[in-house]
Amino acid sequence: MVRQAPADCEEREGTMPKAILVNPKDNVAVAVEPVRKGDEILVQTEPPLRLTAATDVTVYHKFALRDLSRGDSVVKYGEEIGVATADIPKGAHVHVHNVTSRSLLEE
Amino acid sequence: METFLGYKRPDGRVGVRNHVLILPASMCASDVARMVAAQVKNAVTFNNQLGCSQVHKDQQYIMDVMAGYAANPNVYGTVIVSLGCENCQMDLVEAAIRERTNKPLEKFIIQEEGGTIRTVEKATRAAMKLVQEASLLQREPCPVSELIVGTECGGSDPTSGLAANILVGELSDRLAALGGTPILSETTEFIGAEHILAARAKDETVKNRIYEIIKRYEDHIKNIGEDIRDGNPSPGNKAGGITTLEEKSLGCIHKGGHSVINEVLEYAEEPHEKGLVIMDTPGNDMSSIAGMIAGGAQIVVFTSGRGAPTGHPIAPVIKITGNRETYKAMEDNTDVDASSIIYKPGSLQELGDLFLQEVFEVAQGKLTKAEILNFMETAVVRLCNFV
Repeated sequence: MVRQAPADCEEREGTMPKAILVNPKDNVAVAVEPVRKGDEILVQTEPPLRLTAATDVTVYHKFALRDLSRGDSVVKYGEEIGVATADIPKGAHVHVHNVTSRSLLEE
Repeated sequence: METFLGYKRPDGRVGVRNHVLILPASMCASDVARMVAAQVKNAVTFNNQLGCSQVHKDQQYIMDVMAGYAANPNVYGTVIVSLGCENCQMDLVEAAIRERTNKPLEKFIIQEEGGTIRTVEKATRAAMKLVQEASLLQREPCPVSELIVGTECGGSDPTSGLAANILVGELSDRLAALGGTPILSETTEFIGAEHILAARAKDETVKNRIYEIIKRYEDHIKNIGEDIRDGNPSPGNKAGGITTLEEKSLGCIHKGGHSVINEVLEYAEEPHEKGLVIMDTPGNDMSSIAGMIAGGAQIVVFTSGRGAPTGHPIAPVIKITGNRETYKAMEDNTDVDASSIIYKPGSLQELGDLFLQEVFEVAQGKLTKAEILNFMETAVVRLCNFV
């Protein structure tokens, strides 16, 4: 049996991994469904934002909304939650492997 | 005025439960307290691992918790059991309780009664009498403004900051508006978010106190050669997706909603103000909850991303998760699924109505899952090693 392609855009959106932007100032978003590398992610903003996942992203983990350079602030809840310890491409997983607290960096 | 059905106490406060507390004054009295409580319906106790061989400040903590537990309005009356030679002497414990409340009190000293079995016999009879007296009380309409609700998060993941803590913050705002007293706790999880809390302080004194308790906590851990960030975020926090302590804190403080912060309390201190207050407690759940319940909280609302079993012998603990997978996996331990805040934008108001209703129902006697499953374990803060 042949699976039919989604009939319209809205139905297709239903199958796209979704993400949340917590605060408009943020440069990371939170995946609220599991994301595989190469997936097109729908960030639920007004209007919705679409980007391609550069890596897998575990559900409720963060990914970059734009290219981040080493030393850049990582912003969530509208506040700095840490500093990038490596260059992070847009759409890539943001976590302990590429972010640390500023206070730990200064020690 | 909003009311709920509660138990009026002779000291003017209002309980949501009607327990008799068997209070062990030290670790050497805990077994006897357990034996007594096991015999008597509606008697509760806890495993006191402290109460002796402690430096002055640590002894003060356990004294404050014992007095606060006995004074907690969910307790009808208390039977104190002490060994006799411990640092937390019976007369000190009794005086500390009497400073807080005039409720019924009985006391038994094991070394004076003549050992375990004689003490168990006498204390059991005393507890039976108190439980029977307590059973005569009927719930009466009481103002919602009498409610003190402790807020806590444990086993956090990013859904805590996205949903469950948001829901608790909504409750906190609504309770404050009704004249009640929500408590925001967990000083270690203010780190990185202190400026946001400070901006909401009622006045300069409260603002300075917020910074003071955080510095004091950090300095204390530094003084023993350790780092407050060790183990925080925990392995579970990180597996869930929390990257830094700052991120954890920014999610954590959502539990305090958006209202004015009226007061900063010491651990186990009773609030003097209505509306939102802060208590200086550890990020560790059980010892944080203990401080708030000793401070008079009749109910605790507890969020968890990973799922936590925590309860308390004196106060109902309502558990909430924002993680729908965790709700499925840990439904036996979780009362409220707040994940619709993530998946159905705009559902916060509706869920906030339901959650406030749930808190009122628990205040009026609805048992929480932790109560039904008899979760009793508790912990108390300590500064240093035994002496």
